[in-house]
Amino acid sequence: MTDVTERTALVHLEDVGKHYGNVRALDGVSLEVHAGEITCVLGDNGAGKSTLIKIVAGLHRHDAGTFRIEGEESGLSSPREALDRGIATVHQDLAVVPLMPVWRNFFLGSEPRKGFGPFKRLDVDLMRRTTREQLLRMGIDLRDVDQPIGTLSGGERQCVAIARAVYFGAKVLILDEPTAALGVKQSGMVLKYVAAARDEGLGVVFITHNPHHAYLVGDRFVLLKRGTMVGSHTREEITVDELARQMAGGNELDDLRHELERTPHGGERQDAGR
Amino acid sequence: MTVTSPASAPDTHQGPASDERLLGTSPLKRLLSRPELGSVVGALAVFGFFALVAESFLRASSLSTVLYAASTIGIMAVPVALLMIGGEFDLSAGVLVTTSALASSIFSYRMTANVWVGVGVSLLFTLAIGAFNGLVLARTKLPSFIVTLGTFLMLAGLNLGCTKLFSETVSTKSISDMDGFSSARAVFASTVTIGGVAFKITILWWIVLVALASWVLLRTRAGNWIFAVGGNKDAARAVGVPVGRTRTGLYMGVALGAWISGQHLLFSYDVVQSGEGVGNELIYIIAAVIGGCLITGGYGSAVGSAVGALIFGMTSKGIVFAQWNPDWFKFFLGAMLLLATLLNAWVRKRAEATT
Repeated sequence: MTDVTERTALVHLEDVGKHYGNVRALDGVSLEVHAGEITCVLGDNGAGKSTLIKIVAGLHRHDAGTFRIEGEESGLSSPREALDRGIATVHQDLAVVPLMPVWRNFFLGSEPRKGFGPFKRLDVDLMRRTTREQLLRMGIDLRDVDQPIGTLSGGERQCVAIARAVYFGAKVLILDEPTAALGVKQSGMVLKYVAAARDEGLGVVFITHNPHHAYLVGDRFVLLKRGTMVGSHTREEITVDELARQMAGGNELDDLRHELERTPHGGERQDAGR
Repeated sequence: MTVTSPASAPDTHQGPASDERLLGTSPLKRLLSRPELGSVVGALAVFGFFALVAESFLRASSLSTVLYAASTIGIMAVPVALLMIGGEFDLSAGVLVTTSALASSIFSYRMTANVWVGVGVSLLFTLAIGAFNGLVLARTKLPSFIVTLGTFLMLAGLNLGCTKLFSETVSTKSISDMDGFSSARAVFASTVTIGGVAFKITILWWIVLVALASWVLLRTRAGNWIFAVGGNKDAARAVGVPVGRTRTGLYMGVALGAWISGQHLLFSYDVVQSGEGVGNELIYIIAAVIGGCLITGGYGSAVGSAVGALIFGMTSKGIVFAQWNPDWFKFFLGAMLLLATLLNAWVRKRAEATT
């Protein structure tokens, strides 16, 4: 699994950089995504995770370094082009249209149609049926595909978006903080579907600021900090504690631990005083 | 929860793919989740009210008058509703109708051509203005309120200026003696007698537009895109929906409606007053909002806008039939807008609470 040189990566970034005006958002970041593997991108807020996804998803173009898709150097000019190349992105906030029914959301942007010429219309039966089947296949049993997707829980919505990407033949799935706003149980559910997508043979980029979630499913770990890459490891090379320590920035975490240790005493004193 | 009920529930019956856990979804609840329900209740109330206070309101000829008033608004309310579902406004819609009529009249008169040539030129010109609105919106990323307010003022000035320039007065020259006038009048401004009652042809145009718009909205890819662009444009863009193109199409739809209305105006009165149309854009928006369109986009229906236009027609003519001072019309319209919007919000909340 860790043998990098033998297989061509689905997506390979090398020393990629991006500037917005005079702001350096990303600098010298390298990343590999292989089929059937999960590459985790870790970093705190403002580390450059969003910029990185935007480049891979085709929303922005990189300014420096090389971006290879299946060994071929390229730059994506639109999300549509990324989709056509097999790169699907599930954005944290902008994954779905909340007021639209689940089945309309599922096929949005790639609607199947029947009929000819001006009478071309949506194949509504196929859309409804397929949505139900695909969600079942990912283990989501939905009561009603006609309900607005906004009535689903955050975890369910992420899962619908993942099922959608799998159905439309994505080779690479980019997940932008899929567990960020979720509770423990829902996070577990989403991680299960992330693993399910991996088992379907997709290469997954899992962006998160939670090293524990990352370590549960990840094969490779890329750590970002203030727009630069501060670490790149395979699963064998690193433990979850080391990952968490590196992510928080080593010494900074030690300081934080100190501060946190003292807090309970402070609390007790306050309580005693009352 | 902040979410509202479905953007569409095209099939009220339960398909073969229905689930045994769906026991609770009665036809009544499906009905309650329709965007136009509030407006239908409002329309019935208005109808009942005027049926009581104005004796002549229930006559067949009154029905024809009400439907005609509703259709002149409804022809524009349909594309304006679609645009609002797509999340945008068009403040230039009112004067665009006059622009379209003027373009047709002035071109035919100056070129002494068959009026159908003018009608065709007007169609192209009006669609171009619609496309202009959409493209400026896409290029500048300014709010549509500002962009179309600019177009509104420019068109209002253009209407007055060009009419004065070409015919030295504020209205156009008569074109009733020109080739093709009678056939054009038959298409845009004739009267059809059904069962002894004369109905204006605009009612037919209106019905066709509502049917067409409903089909596009619920059964085509473009319709899916309209809901998506209005509901969450970033999500739509991220899955490959051409947001700019969808919006431009919607503005051109409004232009198409303006062209039909404009030609009706020209061929029913023969001359066009260049200052007309100002303020009508708000009436179209009101009809769409009464019909259940969410002002923030992503929700609504074409049928709803038709019901909104019908409420408008009933109120404007009902006041006349009741022999009240028509000055009160605006007051009623305002009250209706508030009530209908409240009712819509309330119905939607009820529908969600029981889902």
